[in-house]
Amino acid sequence: MITVTHYLMLSAILFAIGTLGVLTRKNAIVVFMCIEVMLNSVNLTFVALSRHVGNLDGQIFVFFVMTVAAAEAAVGLALIIAFYRNRESIDVDDFNMLKW
Amino acid sequence: MYSNLWLIPFFPLLGAIINGLFGKKIKNEAIIGSIGTLAMFLSFLVATQNFFRLIGDSQKVHEIVLASWMSVGNLQVNWELLLDPLSAVMIMVVTGVGTLIHLYSIGYMHGDPGFYRFFSYLNLFAFSMLMLVLGGNALVMFIGWEGVGLCSYLLIGFYIDKKSAGDAAKKAFVVNRVGDFGFLCGLLTLFWALGSHGVWTINFVEIAANAHLLEAGGVLITVVTLAFFLGATGKSAQIPLFTWLPDAMEGPTPVSALIHAATMVTAGVYMIGRMNILFAMAPSTMLTIAIIGAATAFLAASIGFAQNDIKRVLAYSTVSQLGYMFLAMGVGAFSAGIFHLMTHAFFKACLFLGSGSVIHAMHHAYHHAHLHDDPQDMRNMGGLRKKMPITYWTFLLSTIAIAGVPLFSGFFSKDEILWWSFGSTAGHPIFWIIAVAVAGMTAFYMFRLVFMTFFGEQRTDARARDHIPESPWTITVPLIILAFLAVVGGYVGVPKILGGGNHFGEFLNPVFGHAQELYDLHAHGSHAVEYTLIALSVCIALFGIYMAWLMYMKNPKLPAEFTAKFAGVYRFVFNKWYIDELYDFLFVNPCKRIGTFLWRAFDVRIVDGIVNGCAWVLKGCGAGLRYTQTGYMYNYAVAMVVGVVVIVGFYVFG
Amino acid sequence: MELLLFYLVAIAAIASAFFVVKCRNPINSALNLVTTFICLAVYYVMLESPFMAAIQIIVYAGAIIVLIIFVIMLLNFGQKVKGRYTHGLAAGGLVSALMLLVGSQFVRFGEATGTGGEITSAVLTEVGHTELIGRALFLDFVLPFEIAAILLLIAIVGALIIAKQKV
Repeated sequence: MITVTHYLMLSAILFAIGTLGVLTRKNAIVVFMCIEVMLNSVNLTFVALSRHVGNLDGQIFVFFVMTVAAAEAAVGLALIIAFYRNRESIDVDDFNMLKW
Repeated sequence: MYSNLWLIPFFPLLGAIINGLFGKKIKNEAIIGSIGTLAMFLSFLVATQNFFRLIGDSQKVHEIVLASWMSVGNLQVNWELLLDPLSAVMIMVVTGVGTLIHLYSIGYMHGDPGFYRFFSYLNLFAFSMLMLVLGGNALVMFIGWEGVGLCSYLLIGFYIDKKSAGDAAKKAFVVNRVGDFGFLCGLLTLFWALGSHGVWTINFVEIAANAHLLEAGGVLITVVTLAFFLGATGKSAQIPLFTWLPDAMEGPTPVSALIHAATMVTAGVYMIGRMNILFAMAPSTMLTIAIIGAATAFLAASIGFAQNDIKRVLAYSTVSQLGYMFLAMGVGAFSAGIFHLMTHAFFKACLFLGSGSVIHAMHHAYHHAHLHDDPQDMRNMGGLRKKMPITYWTFLLSTIAIAGVPLFSGFFSKDEILWWSFGSTAGHPIFWIIAVAVAGMTAFYMFRLVFMTFFGEQRTDARARDHIPESPWTITVPLIILAFLAVVGGYVGVPKILGGGNHFGEFLNPVFGHAQELYDLHAHGSHAVEYTLIALSVCIALFGIYMAWLMYMKNPKLPAEFTAKFAGVYRFVFNKWYIDELYDFLFVNPCKRIGTFLWRAFDVRIVDGIVNGCAWVLKGCGAGLRYTQTGYMYNYAVAMVVGVVVIVGFYVFG
Repeated sequence: MELLLFYLVAIAAIASAFFVVKCRNPINSALNLVTTFICLAVYYVMLESPFMAAIQIIVYAGAIIVLIIFVIMLLNFGQKVKGRYTHGLAAGGLVSALMLLVGSQFVRFGEATGTGGEITSAVLTEVGHTELIGRALFLDFVLPFEIAAILLLIAIVGALIIAKQKV
């Protein structure tokens, strides 16, 4: 029998892997994809718990997460393009204009 | 009935605003000068109208409330004007002499780049002075009091590119501050003293009406009046605060005439006159005033002997004459003091303007000959009476008036003071002796001035000698009018003993009558004594003139022999009794040293140390903390994740 | 049987997610990401939410991944991007491991309470998942839905402005 704990544990593992990618990869597009992995792990949590509780609200929330993810994809990738145009690079190491 | 009184200070204020704001754009000297002069002239017309209305009026004291100013507790302060005989005389003097001096300034200041600035300041001064004399309560008066101080500062330092002018302006301002401190102390103490009797007021009429609540001759009223007197010494250049006035001669000559001879310096006398009831109640203050007045008159006159700068002689003469006025106030001769104030305004303004005319001509001549001699040094003058006849005659008439020659205005006013200083209950023969000696000294040094400037052979450099012109009409017309007033101005107040009606004294009686009743004028002598004293004083004045003639006309070598014989005394007098040096030693240098000490020890170390320490600590924190802001987004991401781990970990393990 | 499927798909999902992180070439990462998305879609089907699975495939695998690949090809990094691979592996790994530890402990010791809602398997079979979602979305959550629409519009405009050559 698959319990909700299975799903949650899987989701935690995926989330940790996504975190690892976000923190360690240099390529901004890969970082971006890792963020998608993290978002998806959260989506899995929402759906699993929604079924466990017997309520559709969690799944509706997944919709909104997807909406935000789509918006983020559009704007984030546009930012990457704009940055690449300026710096000839999409390395997060070169994203250093936030400092003092 | 007197509702247009507010126009008197308003016109000069308007003129000051117009010239101050738009003078730079207008540029045309004729227009600027006309605006300034016209403002004063309109003010003079309104003042004249009100003056004659007051003469014909049976009620002599009028308060006009313009607007409410503030209301604090039991105290209600209004913008109010007070028209009584005293202020009526003052506004006539201020606007009348002021108009003439404005007219004069058009000629004198011709070509100066600060022409509009000068007229703006001068009008502002007239406004402040009129507020001072018309103010119906002490606060309005104080506005005028401070305003004239400010304008005096601005006008002394009018030649802003001259360091000596700036220094003199600062000196005048700082010394006046000491006096203003006294004024405020007196005012606040009086306010509190009357308030403790349930009368919270600063209105002059109410103060006079409630003065009887205070104990006559008590400590409180003595303190109050002494504080007010300190204020008066600052403004009116009396011992110990007289040192600024001679330095104030750095300003343009019309300023010296208007502010430092005719009007502003008499503010102290006016103020004592305004508070005469309080002063009359404090005999020890009156004695102090009389002593200081007499001492100042003597000191300044003696310094006047040895000065060679034409304006400085006049400045010391002014201090001396102000000492006379204070002597008059001190012996209870309030109306005589005001009378002398008025005649002095005429002849001293005329003298200053005449000296200005001479300086103007000398300056013109030197400029023409490309010389850089001092145009104010009398040793470079001489024989000018043929070059500048109008200036010469007006100057001579005013000098005769100030010397106290009978039938001229100075004679009547001075004589009145002399008699009071001898005959009143507060008077004393010593006062009379000093005053008469000063009269003789005045006659001597004023005629020395005349002889050195206008008589004898011309000592001007040969290259400049033939270029000394008579001044233009804007300068000579005021001179003629003022000389005329200096001659006849005394006839409004011919004392009764000389067959006159003393109309001036009668006119001022509503203000001073009550206070003057306290003094019995004939305590020390009868009419016969008075006649003798008059004759004596006239003789001494004529003796002074004779001495001057002897030393500077008949035998020009005599002064040199004289100074050689009494070299020590001469040096002492020439250096103004070393008063400036004494003050430097006593007050200025200790203040500087304290200031330097506080600056080095307290300001730099402690005050700046605290401020810099704060900055240093924060700078250190910032320098350390800025390394946390790498600007790399993954560092911020790590921070976020660590935050999440900590929070969730707190739930799980906590 | 179901449990076996779960574990198989779980292994696939974890492995593909791991390769998303590991691959040097972003294209490989993107393809692995598609695998992860499909695995999650399988789980949604197993959770009796077929509509969510469809959306997952369409939006993620269809739209977002295509967008990402387009950008990768558009920028055309070539070989030089492979040289710059990772940074701070130790610190990042440590933090992620802690994250995993904390998350798994949270799941293990936590108790999923609040069962027994009205949406049971029976209801899902009877009414249909799509209809239930539609009702919830257009009746109960219509205002957030509209806001999400506006958000998307703003994202489109923002992306256009940011990516435009000249402003």
